[in-house]
Amino acid sequence: MLSKDFFRNIGAQFVGGLQFAGGVTALGFDCLKELFRPPFYIRLTLEQMFLIGVKSFSLVTITALATGSVMALQFGYGLEKFGGKLYVPKVMALAFVREMGPVFTSLLVAARIGSGITAEVGSMNVTQQIDAIRALGTNPIKKIVLPRLLATMITLPLLTVMADFIGLFGGMLVTVKELGQTPEFFFTKAVEALTLSDFVMSLFKPFVFAIFIALTACYRGMRTLGGTRGVGDSTTWVVVTTSVFIMVSDFFLTKAFILFVPSPK
Amino acid sequence: MSVTDAELNREVSRPASVAPAIGKPVLSLRNIVKSFGSKKVHQGLSFDLIEGEILAFFGGSGTGKSVVLRTMIGLEKPDSGEILFEGVDITKLTEDELVQIRKKISYIFQNGALFDSMTVYENLAYPLMEHTKLSPEQIDARIKEMLELIGLKGSEKLLPASLSGGMQKRVGAARAIIMKPKVILYDEPTAGLDPFNTQRLLDLMKRIQKREGNTAVFVTHDIPSAFEVADRIAIMYNGKIHTLDTTENVKRSKDPFVQAFLAGEEIK
Repeated sequence: MLSKDFFRNIGAQFVGGLQFAGGVTALGFDCLKELFRPPFYIRLTLEQMFLIGVKSFSLVTITALATGSVMALQFGYGLEKFGGKLYVPKVMALAFVREMGPVFTSLLVAARIGSGITAEVGSMNVTQQIDAIRALGTNPIKKIVLPRLLATMITLPLLTVMADFIGLFGGMLVTVKELGQTPEFFFTKAVEALTLSDFVMSLFKPFVFAIFIALTACYRGMRTLGGTRGVGDSTTWVVVTTSVFIMVSDFFLTKAFILFVPSPK
Repeated sequence: MSVTDAELNREVSRPASVAPAIGKPVLSLRNIVKSFGSKKVHQGLSFDLIEGEILAFFGGSGTGKSVVLRTMIGLEKPDSGEILFEGVDITKLTEDELVQIRKKISYIFQNGALFDSMTVYENLAYPLMEHTKLSPEQIDARIKEMLELIGLKGSEKLLPASLSGGMQKRVGAARAIIMKPKVILYDEPTAGLDPFNTQRLLDLMKRIQKREGNTAVFVTHDIPSAFEVADRIAIMYNGKIHTLDTTENVKRSKDPFVQAFLAGEEIK
């Protein structure tokens, strides 16, 4: 028999989920409201772009290169059995630009940046630094949230574009070395397979993921209680939640794209 | 002399002993009610803060003394009641409107709440950079002046983590008063300090008061320190002001509740 506690927990989880959704949405609207009102912290935003974008570059490069290489290898040997080795560049280009690039890069950024923002903002909250920002007559949304949100929204799509190219480059190296194809053949076929809508999808998905990662990390960070343990709990929660969101919403974004932005035949 | 619980309960259930304030109120709290969940913290808290005074604010642990300060600067919204400052009820203001108020009322956090990724210099420069159009030279001069006031000359480049607790509190105080506020709210400034650093901080409070002539509220458990610096003393009980009088009158009070409180007896 299911106990009362079970239903109480389910109810608490549901209410918590609604509170989180409402809170993040409200924070998003607050950011939108503050975006056009002075003061503008351009330097802080540039600093965050450096921390989020430039400092994630090596991680994204290694991951994209490795993923692209493995994909080319797997597709190459897999399709060879059916005489489809020549399709590797096309399949790779479509898979990488539409899915692997945006999703892998966003997952990496969610783990690296989502956790970093939550830990930083959460620590500031438990040591009353956020209260100090307010008490000193400044707005934490402008000072803390907006620079991180804007920086993530700008840098994540850019990182994704770089990941797409680096991943395809890795794939090309493998097809040249292992499958005996030429670099010209690889890129001609890859470009042939891709359409403008694929690039739009590749930019739009990380843009949506970036908004969710930055807002969730800031929202949870600003509500962190319970000292260092609370900071640890919040950080883990943000990485798990943003990763799940990226995976699940990727399906719906892809479906929406297929419905509303048909690829040219 | 100690009092029995029955005597004490009789005393604390009497109407609060609040002496009329003499002087111009700079900040007035009227019937403040505040709850956190089912816990009622303030149940009709009212008092005036008189221009130029230091008011020491006592109450048992967990009775919401710090919440009073947080409410006075708009960091917490009361459930009901009003807080009048320069003719404006600050409980009705939005976060944006509170920015102007927070330039005139400053809050000194218990642990300093310094920005730990910024140096002492950057912490002190923060309010000036945000709210003034002072040149870098003027900001530099003001920071040096403040560091001299708090006895920390030469510590500009240090990070908060390399300062002692007492030093952090003094830098926090300097950051809060650098904009020359009208009202300063001290949240347990002497908590956790050794006698030497406690005296240093009290001297600093007196120096600030003498120099700037501002008004201050001093939330504390430290009775000797309050007697040393405060002009008036307020004792909170059951979410209301039980006693509010001059320091001399509180010292001489025959009220069993006040005597018990000052003797350090537990009041339930």
